[in-house]
Amino acid sequence: MNLETIVKYLDIKCKCCWEKLEREVTGGYAGDLLSDVMGNSNSGNIWVTRQVHQNIVAVAALKEHAGIIIVHGAVPAKETIDKAEKEGIPIMVSEKPEFEVVGKIYHLMHYE
Amino acid sequence: MIIETSPGDDYLECRYSVQGRDFVEAGVVSYLIKKALKHRNISESIIRKVAVVTFEVELNIISYAYEGVIECYVMPDAIIIEAKDHGVGIEDIELAQVEGYSTADESIREMGFGAGMGLANIKKFSDVFEILSEPGKGTYVKSLIRLKDI
Repeated sequence: MNLETIVKYLDIKCKCCWEKLEREVTGGYAGDLLSDVMGNSNSGNIWVTRQVHQNIVAVAALKEHAGIIIVHGAVPAKETIDKAEKEGIPIMVSEKPEFEVVGKIYHLMHYE
Repeated sequence: MIIETSPGDDYLECRYSVQGRDFVEAGVVSYLIKKALKHRNISESIIRKVAVVTFEVELNIISYAYEGVIECYVMPDAIIIEAKDHGVGIEDIELAQVEGYSTADESIREMGFGAGMGLANIKKFSDVFEILSEPGKGTYVKSLIRLKDI
């Protein structure tokens, strides 16, 4: 499954790197503690978080995540979007809380 | 800031300086080391281990030191990452390695750092891990990651 499917199914907004939405998603990881994500997520994962500052891009780039979904209507900082553009990491935003977003993606990946 | 030498095909040495409290640049050194390793055809699984270790030592310098240096040595059989800093040091090294223990202040935690997982992560992804620290002076961390099974 690719990012585009997730964006359509969850009705979420993509803030940058639209051209990268065909990227394959291998699984997902949810978390707001950067060391937790660093230590436990895998490459190709979609990362769901409430963090908005630019360091999330550094983590996603190092771990080669497929993309980041920022939840609960949190607004990514301008520096975050600029950095994500540079690194080629799509950032998507959802108004829904983390639990709901993760639940939907999980369902989509395993049951649809 | 960056010194990179590679006297032979199977040897690489890089040295990077890190400024304390510079959260904007957090991850840059890890990224540069990762890029250097990719150029040398190091396997993905090893690069992933090195990326976690370098990110954690980098963040520790930024969070708890005035300044520091990260060195990476790539040898035929192993990669060594060394981090040395001038900073607050660690009062209780045993306790600092317990997952969840942290002395980070609120400003660091708000960014999602300082969860007390840094040293535990470094240990988890290293084959050999060493740490020395003097409170008020600084900290030295060494991580060795084997390229070949022994």
